[in-house]
Amino acid sequence: MTPTDRDASPNAPALTNGSGAAAMLAAGIGSFALAVLACAGDKVAAVKNSLIFYKPTGPLSGVTTTAILIWIGIWGILEWRWRNRSVGMGRISVIALALLGLSLVLTFPPVVDLF
Amino acid sequence: MEITARALWTLIHGMGFGALYLLAFSGSLVELYRFTTSSASGEPTPGQERFFKFYLLAMVVLAWAAVLTGAYVIYPWYRAAAPPGTTDLSMFPQRLLMSRPKTIGWHSLGMEWKEHVAWFAPISITMVAFVLIRYGRDLKNHRHLRAAVLSFAMASFVAAGIAGFCGAMINKYAPVQGGSTIQLSRGEEQ
Repeated sequence: MTPTDRDASPNAPALTNGSGAAAMLAAGIGSFALAVLACAGDKVAAVKNSLIFYKPTGPLSGVTTTAILIWIGIWGILEWRWRNRSVGMGRISVIALALLGLSLVLTFPPVVDLF
Repeated sequence: MEITARALWTLIHGMGFGALYLLAFSGSLVELYRFTTSSASGEPTPGQERFFKFYLLAMVVLAWAAVLTGAYVIYPWYRAAAPPGTTDLSMFPQRLLMSRPKTIGWHSLGMEWKEHVAWFAPISITMVAFVLIRYGRDLKNHRHLRAAVLSFAMASFVAAGIAGFCGAMINKYAPVQGGSTIQLSRGEEQ
């Protein structure tokens, strides 16, 4: 548990913050993976073709399925490693929110067109 | 009065899942704030806490239902390729939008953004629900975690809002049509 977390409340947390940090960082990484895959699929024909998992939906099927698998996989690994630990929540939340913000920007078509 | 099967699916996707998710969000944001602030006043009872957890789970289901029906039911109809020589593009929404300079942006910007940004909503709200269920009222004692949870919840709302707005506008200019016709009422003879 970080000192800042302890100072935030007169009550000591009953649970460590590791599990929450794992869920949050995994969501940030999963979102970023989706944005990067979408961008790559838009720019590289070979990537686009390899992401067609379900033909009627096209590359979107591969982009989202792969990103979800990355998200769930990383979440599982981080949950397993951090579940009973206290981690540097401030740093992790900044990284997770930065990844989420970047993902929102990277999916905006005029930004994708810059690459 | 009648509706086509594809229009009904679009309605279920947009109004049934998407709009209901956005509506549910306003309530959840207030509860999230109340639930996660350190103030002792307005402490939720165990019953309220249980209700809020179910409420968030319902939002998770709505968010996933919206993106899955969008991607795997509606989107294939939207992006269907028109056979060569087709002049009436009303059954091919993407082609219809791209055929006119005034509407091409609703595909190249609206749909291109919507089809990806929408997925941040279920990913984020799933994380929010997991943390709320795991930590419950103990979340008050994790300052950084609760701030991040509120931020992810807001991001989920923004993503769903962008997707909902683009979807509504796209369907206004190039509605998804076709499939069997469902008769809702016969109407009255004039």
